[in-house]
Amino acid sequence: MSSSVLLEVRKVVKRFGGLVAINGVSFDVHEHEVLGLIGPNGSGKTTMMNLISGALPATDGYIAMDDKLLTDLPTRKIARAGIARTFQLVKVIPSMTVLENVMAGAVFGHKKLWGQALAVYAERQLERVGLFGISHKPTADLTYIDQKRVELARALASDPKVILLDEWLAGLNPTELQTGIELIRSLRDDGRTVILVEHVMDAIRSLCDRCVVMSTGNIIAQGTPADVLADPQVIEAYLGEDYE
Amino acid sequence: MKLTQTDVWRGLAILVVFFVLAWLPVVPGADGWLSIVVPITMYTVLATSWAIFSGPTHYVSLATAAFFGVGSYTLALGLESVPYPLLLLMAAVLGGVMAALVGWATLRLSGVYFVIFTLGLAELIRQVFTWYQNNMGGSRGSYVFTEFTDKHIYWQLLALALLVYLVGWLINRSRLGFAIRIIGGDESVAKHSGINVAWSKIVLFMVSGSVAAVVGAILAPRFVYIEPAMAFNPQLSFMVVIMALLGGTQRLWGPLMGAIPFALVWEFIAANFPAQTTLLMGVAFLLVVFYIPNGISGVLIRWYHQLRAKPGVSHE
Repeated sequence: MSSSVLLEVRKVVKRFGGLVAINGVSFDVHEHEVLGLIGPNGSGKTTMMNLISGALPATDGYIAMDDKLLTDLPTRKIARAGIARTFQLVKVIPSMTVLENVMAGAVFGHKKLWGQALAVYAERQLERVGLFGISHKPTADLTYIDQKRVELARALASDPKVILLDEWLAGLNPTELQTGIELIRSLRDDGRTVILVEHVMDAIRSLCDRCVVMSTGNIIAQGTPADVLADPQVIEAYLGEDYE
Repeated sequence: MKLTQTDVWRGLAILVVFFVLAWLPVVPGADGWLSIVVPITMYTVLATSWAIFSGPTHYVSLATAAFFGVGSYTLALGLESVPYPLLLLMAAVLGGVMAALVGWATLRLSGVYFVIFTLGLAELIRQVFTWYQNNMGGSRGSYVFTEFTDKHIYWQLLALALLVYLVGWLINRSRLGFAIRIIGGDESVAKHSGINVAWSKIVLFMVSGSVAAVVGAILAPRFVYIEPAMAFNPQLSFMVVIMALLGGTQRLWGPLMGAIPFALVWEFIAANFPAQTTLLMGVAFLLVVFYIPNGISGVLIRWYHQLRAKPGVSHE
């Protein structure tokens, strides 16, 4: 993992009134790696994702990609710079068809597709995430898992450099989980950089090149999954004493 | 995207309908009809342009009266010195600029603030005009003397309606139209897809404001004498909202389905129960929201799908 640094998070602070959700966090994300952001509930993982995608402004510190400062840019410009995401609570537009939901990703970013080319391209993203023959269904009719797939297809449609997955694997059954893991791995093979917030240990072990462990707004460990999961501090704060 | 054959046929059919409608005033004995057809056409244009913005964004604008009044006054004050077509253009520009300012100030806020702001706006402008006319103008209102009769006003409104449908159709098939549907669905998805949310909303609000101002300008000669209380009547804003919701805002032709029946019923109510109009308007509003939330067009579309689905049941 000696590849160059793509995303730089430096001394980032996020306060909600008196509550400090992120307390001066710094880490790097390398090109073409899968970085796991893990930690107990309420440790600030999702807030960190929101700061990277620009859903929330940082109180202090900065985030940069390719030496371009992302902090203080409006969300749409961060998206156009090549950061796409899925949401912890799936966000699709139920009144639109599946295909339209996916198309949304490829019209306003740096991919400025429209017309036939857009439809074909969006269809391809759906196939990529394993959805066939449902493009013209209303998205509201889909199961929760399939809606998550649609959301990922939309994120992929923008052809992002960095893709943020917020508990995208949560709620999958063992077979689906295996497919999901393969899918995320294939994103890295495409040359994308993946940051994922996840609680599924199997996925973290088999997918992540590195992990950043957060607890109450601070980083308590970072390194390979094997190293951080063996760290006594991580075991105490996150995994629990009797974790083997 | 290219025009499909259906688009072409539909366009031709609409042109034929407008052509036929344009002959209405020449039908012998149509004079009586025009007094109801003019308001119907006016409300159709207003409700359709209202829905172009408020339909997908769910921002309920009560600023129609503000734009309408500004348009009326543009005409009244400029009639002596500026050629008529130029005045319509000026009304459109003023309406658009006003909408841009209001939009810039309020569209970042949530919908509730927007509703209150737009309602207050019409009232504010009305007070400013009243104050100006009382203290500077020397009279309470302005006379609007033109050669126009109802049929001229009707033709202008009809042409404007055609223009609004064309603009609405072009927006719907554009990136802007797609963006606004995404914004209406989930604003954070829109932002994360790279959409300039504020700008998209402002542009559509400007379209809606421009049209309402031009309608105000076209209608001014019908009043002959305009004063602020008439030109900025808040009832107009509410009527437009009810008609658009009654017709349904999902389709471009939806508000038409609301404007026709409601304008007819309203005519009857105004003639027979002039003291209870506000009360009955409130009742109508509640009934629409509770019983036909997707409007008449929504019901028609559902029936259409049910009818089409029947022979296809075996395929499912």
